[in-house]
Amino acid sequence: MSSAITTGFVPQAKTRPPRTPGENYLNVAFGVKSWLLTTDHKRIAILYLVTLTILFFIGGAAATVIRLNLMTPNGELVPADTYNKLFSAHGIIMVWFFLVPVVPTVLGNFLVPMMIGARDLAFPKINLLSWYVFTIGAIITLWALLAGGVDTGWTFYTPFSSKYARTNVLPTMIGIFISGFSSIMTGLNFIATMHTMRAPGLTWFRMPLFLWAHYAASIILVLATPVLAMALILVGVERAWGIGIFDPELGGDPVLFQHLFWFYSHPVVYIMLLPAMGIVSEIVTCFSRKHIFGYVFVLWSSIGIAVLSFLVWAHHMFVAGQSVYSALIFSALSYMVAVPSAIKVFNWTATLYKGSIAFETPLLFALGFIALFTMGGLTGLFLAALGVDMHVHDTYFIIAHFHFIMVGGSVMGYMGGLHYWWPKMTGRMYSDFLSKLAALIIFVGFILTFLPQFVLGYLGMPRRYHVYPPEFQVLNVMSSAGASILAVGYVLPLFYMLWSLYAGKPSGPNPWGATGLEWQTPSPPPPHNFDETPIVTTGPYEYSIEESALVH
Amino acid sequence: MFAEVPLFPEQASTTAQRVDALFFFLCAVCGTMAVLIAGLVLFFAFKYHRRAEDERTPRITGNNPLEWFWTITPLFVFLIMFLWGANIYTSVSLPPPDALEIFVVGKQWMWKIQHPSGQREINELHVPVDQPIKLTLTSEDVIHDFSVPAFRTKIDVIPGRYMQIWFQPTKTGRYHLFCSQYCGTSHANMVGSVYVLEREEFRQWLDSQAATGSLADQGRQLFLKFQCITCHSADASARAPVLEGLYGRIVPLKDGRTTVADDAYLRESILYPEAKIVQGWEPIMPTFKGQVEEEDLIKLLAFIKSLKPGQTPVRNEESLPPLDAPKVPPGGNPKPRQSVPTYQPQGKSNQP
Repeated sequence: MSSAITTGFVPQAKTRPPRTPGENYLNVAFGVKSWLLTTDHKRIAILYLVTLTILFFIGGAAATVIRLNLMTPNGELVPADTYNKLFSAHGIIMVWFFLVPVVPTVLGNFLVPMMIGARDLAFPKINLLSWYVFTIGAIITLWALLAGGVDTGWTFYTPFSSKYARTNVLPTMIGIFISGFSSIMTGLNFIATMHTMRAPGLTWFRMPLFLWAHYAASIILVLATPVLAMALILVGVERAWGIGIFDPELGGDPVLFQHLFWFYSHPVVYIMLLPAMGIVSEIVTCFSRKHIFGYVFVLWSSIGIAVLSFLVWAHHMFVAGQSVYSALIFSALSYMVAVPSAIKVFNWTATLYKGSIAFETPLLFALGFIALFTMGGLTGLFLAALGVDMHVHDTYFIIAHFHFIMVGGSVMGYMGGLHYWWPKMTGRMYSDFLSKLAALIIFVGFILTFLPQFVLGYLGMPRRYHVYPPEFQVLNVMSSAGASILAVGYVLPLFYMLWSLYAGKPSGPNPWGATGLEWQTPSPPPPHNFDETPIVTTGPYEYSIEESALVH
Repeated sequence: MFAEVPLFPEQASTTAQRVDALFFFLCAVCGTMAVLIAGLVLFFAFKYHRRAEDERTPRITGNNPLEWFWTITPLFVFLIMFLWGANIYTSVSLPPPDALEIFVVGKQWMWKIQHPSGQREINELHVPVDQPIKLTLTSEDVIHDFSVPAFRTKIDVIPGRYMQIWFQPTKTGRYHLFCSQYCGTSHANMVGSVYVLEREEFRQWLDSQAATGSLADQGRQLFLKFQCITCHSADASARAPVLEGLYGRIVPLKDGRTTVADDAYLRESILYPEAKIVQGWEPIMPTFKGQVEEEDLIKLLAFIKSLKPGQTPVRNEESLPPLDAPKVPPGGNPKPRQSVPTYQPQGKSNQP
């Protein structure tokens, strides 16, 4: 399809081993061993995809019970301790075992080498190791959550977690600690790959924004994850041996933990978000057939977000007794970090201008991302305002806000990316109708689930409440109803995606008429991605180049 | 069941009005932005939807003035939001001098309230309307959070620390009190009510509550009971600084620094006496950590804060025996303690 547009590189002399026609990374070898010992970044991406999909539905199941319990004010469904373990499990699984890794390890793993014209990541074995480390961490944490559970919430606030909680705090933290190493490995791998393995002609400023987003996210992964590891170790040391670090009884400072925790956990939001933003930049340009508006601004806003994300952590602690001056500084810095996010939204919108917009499924998800992320970002302005945060902190307003960012943003972006590159990953097209239906259901279900929670939050309903005053029931029922719609929206893709593997139409190498290097190879790609190392001659989004300019 | 669905919380304090004003401003600005962006996206999406498969598009790569416009403009708008929010926050952290001070101790899973006149409440707080109320809060175990949505007031209650917040109720009624910081199993049941009463009603309520003397009076008894008086006497032979009129003063320390004698300092000096040594004195005071409960600390503080020159009680035969004194048979005459508590070098250890 429209091969004339798919330019950006010229074939070079053969540098790759010859390949039997029709051979691709999926059919090159069969059997469990060929998967478990693979170093092919594409196969590792599939391993991650399967692992993370399972984890997503486990975390989602916890959310389902939470929402069912909140249908009634007295919490008849589960006892308080179970409820506390459920929201802890939901947060822990969704944050560390889905949202943080999902876009980098599935789509990033698959696409970073392909987008830079390389045959694999810089360290293929470390890439495989990262999956094993992640899986071991996930199994330990899952075991801890299922065999007794943990009731600290995903935030592990001290001294509750270090002294008072009588649940599986240590095993859960050990699992998270271990999985952190996989994050660091993935981040390092991406940084090394982008520095050393770009195809000839692919200068830094010709890199697709998806890569820049992953570069920025990798910086955060590498720099922030060790701080979480330290915080977890310190909690473990206090819990296991009673060494006073956070417990005031032992001379410690409980708020110190919050500083360490949020020094990691605020940037981590951008680990979830930046790669999803990268996906949106790819999708919006492709389906509007336009060059990205303000490439440099979108690019630097990614880096700006990565840097500023390290300077706003204490905005989670405005009511935790920090000095007024510190609160003022962190409030101001939090507004600063909103600027690059706003820049991205404006540029995506401007990219649509005078485009040729095709309403394919990926674009629906991307537009959903823009809408929901914008609402999430704008409500973030409420929280950065010290006076308002004082009221809505630790209420459902926060819950709604970060679900708009992390689910409305990251998950929508991930779904968009998965639908966008699915034909590349599998060589098959999924059902057009069902996928558009899923996008619509997820969008509607999401709005219905989380919009009432803003109202609940401003009314003052605190988060992590197993029971609540009866006047909040109507809004909670609305939210639970929305969640059931949302659940349908998330289960639906499972079916039509799997179905597409058996019955999907072959997609061909470039079903969307996209410009990226990853579309220059057959679908699914051959084991070494490119038969010839591509040479890049233009920027990434030359959708509007005149025919004549394309002839080499 | 669904008879009354509130969509907006009651405004029952002066802070509430200010917070809501900013909230509405944010809603207006952000609502406008959201509508603008959504409108543009939808408008472009339909105006420029693909009509033919081979449709071409103009190559537009950006527009720098436009970029700077939408970078700088939000910055200015954000600056307004920041200053407005900061203004509310700073004023909430500075209680007016005439505020009525009430003490709150949180523990898993209840709120214990102490009024200055000695009344105690559990999970209920009675306050007079139109009167600034200053809360001093601490926790006996984990971090809690004292939150009254109708006042738009919220503060974490942190163990080992005194937190402070103030509000001025403007409307009588009963309002929710929530623990907003997750604190374990019964977190959702660590709730209560704030009753805002007319001043006269409040006075009647105070009178109807049993109280064994004001907080300061109770603190005075503890001051004797814990034998603080042994050293902190007002006479010339005192082995420790005189506490009269101490509260709020600037205290010169042995290491050359100075500190303000506020609640946190007094608390620290009782629990960790070696942390800040007053100039001219030796660190001979033993720690009272583990011996004085949070609620008793508050009473002691209330007493020290109330102590005017000449009011230090005189130690006499009727003083209660020191805590570690040998048990005296009932009816026996307790002997005043002769030996002073000796200072044992303890390094960093906080064990009593």
